[in-house]
Amino acid sequence: MSASDNMIPAPAVRSKPLIIRHLPYFIGAAVLVALAAGMQFDGYILNILLQATTFSIAVFGLSVVLGLCGQINLAQAAFFGFGAYAVGLGTADLHLNFWLCLVGACAITLVAGAFLGMSTLRLGGHYLAMVTISFQQIVTLVMINAVGVTHGPDGVANIRRPELFQSSQSYLAFCVAMLAIVGYLVWHLPDTKLGRAMRAVRDNELAAGVNGIDVFRTKVSAFAVCAVLGGLAGGLFAGGFAYVSPDQFSFAESIQFLTMSLLGGVASPIGSVIGTGLLILIPEWLRFLKSVPGLYLAIYGLSVILIIRFMPDGIWGFVSDAFTRWRAHTKAPPVAGALHLKPATTGGDIVLEVTGLSKHFGGLKAVDGVDIAVKRGSVHALIGPNGSGKTTTLNVLSGLYKATSGKIVLDGTDITNMAPHQRTAAGLGRTFQNIRLFRSMTALENVEIGAERPGNTMIGKGDDALTERAMEALTFVGLGSRANELISSFSYGHQRLIEIARALASNPTLLLLDEPAAGLNSTEKLELHELLKRIAAQGLTILIIDHDMTLVSEAAQHITVLNFGRRIADGESMAVLRHPDVVSAYLGSE
Amino acid sequence: MDLILQLLFTGIGIGAVYALVALGFVLIFRATNVVNFAQGEFSMVAAYLMVVCVELGLPYWLSFVIALAGMALLGVIFNLGVYYPLRHRTYLPVIIATIGASILLSNSVLAIYGPQPQVLQGWFDTPGIQLGPVYLDSQYLLIIGVTILLVLFNFWFFEKTLLGKKLQATSQDKEMASLLGISVSTMIMITFIYSAVLGGLAGILVAPVLFVSIQMGSTIALKAFAATIIGGFGDVAGAIVGGLALGVIETFGAAYISVPYKDGFAFLVLIAFLVFRPQGIFGERVAEKA
Repeated sequence: MSASDNMIPAPAVRSKPLIIRHLPYFIGAAVLVALAAGMQFDGYILNILLQATTFSIAVFGLSVVLGLCGQINLAQAAFFGFGAYAVGLGTADLHLNFWLCLVGACAITLVAGAFLGMSTLRLGGHYLAMVTISFQQIVTLVMINAVGVTHGPDGVANIRRPELFQSSQSYLAFCVAMLAIVGYLVWHLPDTKLGRAMRAVRDNELAAGVNGIDVFRTKVSAFAVCAVLGGLAGGLFAGGFAYVSPDQFSFAESIQFLTMSLLGGVASPIGSVIGTGLLILIPEWLRFLKSVPGLYLAIYGLSVILIIRFMPDGIWGFVSDAFTRWRAHTKAPPVAGALHLKPATTGGDIVLEVTGLSKHFGGLKAVDGVDIAVKRGSVHALIGPNGSGKTTTLNVLSGLYKATSGKIVLDGTDITNMAPHQRTAAGLGRTFQNIRLFRSMTALENVEIGAERPGNTMIGKGDDALTERAMEALTFVGLGSRANELISSFSYGHQRLIEIARALASNPTLLLLDEPAAGLNSTEKLELHELLKRIAAQGLTILIIDHDMTLVSEAAQHITVLNFGRRIADGESMAVLRHPDVVSAYLGSE
Repeated sequence: MDLILQLLFTGIGIGAVYALVALGFVLIFRATNVVNFAQGEFSMVAAYLMVVCVELGLPYWLSFVIALAGMALLGVIFNLGVYYPLRHRTYLPVIIATIGASILLSNSVLAIYGPQPQVLQGWFDTPGIQLGPVYLDSQYLLIIGVTILLVLFNFWFFEKTLLGKKLQATSQDKEMASLLGISVSTMIMITFIYSAVLGGLAGILVAPVLFVSIQMGSTIALKAFAATIIGGFGDVAGAIVGGLALGVIETFGAAYISVPYKDGFAFLVLIAFLVFRPQGIFGERVAEKA
């Protein structure tokens, strides 16, 4: 361990430790905690503040699952209720220690959230919305009907607080401190490996998978984090108000959490606090509305529609958009050196060996018994007329389709039955014919996700090494100076280069390029050709699919030709292109 | 045995209501790829319209026509206010907006009409007939009869008429449909109107059996949605079979296991299906993505 640490030379420019850079945040938080503890509030204000603080923590959960990961959770009130009942029943009925109950609340919601997530997150978003509503309804039914355990509609009274924070004022200060800590973690999450994975899943699941992200596990993690934050918030809420009942954790409350999250801005914890604060304060100012039952919730429903329609990013979204645009003009991080590709060389002379590969869609044999052998260090092209099965082959190779039969061996490892992210970990990198970048992120962040491939030996430890590697890859394709710009500001040709940089940063053993020249103009094609030469010069094996015969015949040493799902020719470039079957497949026979 | 037959009859009657609402779900989903979480509120609003009209002293059949016309109008407003502005966005904002609409509808009715559940008379004066050991409630007979007619109508409409085929073309490929001269926005409007009317019809039919309450919409909608998943998402036959199956399961569950948890059975069955057979009985037709 220490030996390998010594091997990596320390980068010349070391940014300040995170804790120093974020010092203003902690000072601000400390001031808030001191204010909460020191100022004398009357009971009414105290209750409102306590409610806003605990609700904010629950809404943080939604900003993770919905904002970062793009998955819906309509049962946050149920998780909140789990936490509240854990602390309530634990301290009032079982006379357990508060802290023990609070930890228990988190543990229970973690298990419940992970279980619920695992059972449904493989399916699409509609199912998730539905299942979370169902879960919410079952929890409410149990809270009301399992009278022996939950006291039914009467609720749980005499909930105790920890010895340390007996007074309401000190308990509020404690909750504000918790809010600050959780808020810090949630704020920092998008810049961690897990957070980047969540954003990638939100922007493009398919691309996330082929860049080495375990999509399912990422979604379950996001869901579990959301549930735990709900549980923690519920536990704190129960301690604060000493009494809980089932109606506080109904479906309507879940909607209220969702509205808070959307109003403030779903992508950020700051938005969560803004939204929660507003939606707790505004109804207090508009108390008279509560005299007509339903009116108040009807306004909630209407605001949800209006927010979604007119303010999709919430209040904080407006502000942070401006900030992002400003950041795009900030200077890109420095580039330490040139990009080094060091493809693994564990196997023999053949990097990719495909034997008898078939993919059938019902009766259609899109790929039928194809053999391909890609030599190490070569540029190999797969060509064929439209509908010949090229892209299907590529999708089977990268794991987006499951092979009907046949075997795929990458560098000595059988990857036939692996999920896309596992193949990526095994050393496969790819680009898409229709560009699949993570559109809400900057170029640099996109490439960083590629660099984070499990098993990438070319990066050191820590965020700085990651940024360095990503910058090298971006500079290699000529876009280093624009690293901090959002994907949407790049031209089509440049987006393709970013996709290639993303694959290169992961230091793959084999690079699959799916029609890289499609949609490029002639200058861009020349640049692409130069780039391919520079990649090949570093010894990286490339399997390229393209229509552009000039590109293919100049770049590739070896060509495999498909037609109607079958291999009709294979061999050295010039010989293959003159092969009569190939000529007739492209030009028609006389 | 007698009890089992009796429960089976009741279960199918309730299940037919779920099937009608589920049909509305499926039609909107196929046309727009969006799950309309306010579908159940269509039933609730229609039931209240019916109650209002009957209380005004209008004849039952006229109230029925007015309530359904009201639903058609609601379908138009819903499309223009909730779906149409968001049609180019991903499914997530649309789902959230329909949830917002559901809250808005149910609570507006609550604000106007108060929390007291209302009673709606059945269509027939005779409460029912005794057939051997089974008592056939006339309202349940009506529900089952109307459902059968509607399923036949639905089949004829989508398979045999030009408008039905245009609607199908729209749901399968909007771009191509518009290139062929089909007005996609008109087709989507028709779909919303049709499924609002279907939902309303279900609400009016079931109202004399249940109470007319604010919650009836969300309860029915959740079960109808569960029915679509059980049957196979997006499949018309699946929605009907799933709805009937759910009605029967729930009735038997309430009779033999527990009454307070009656509403929970649907969700347990739903979660079991999602875990073990997510494609449903008939299988969701999902194309492999490229």
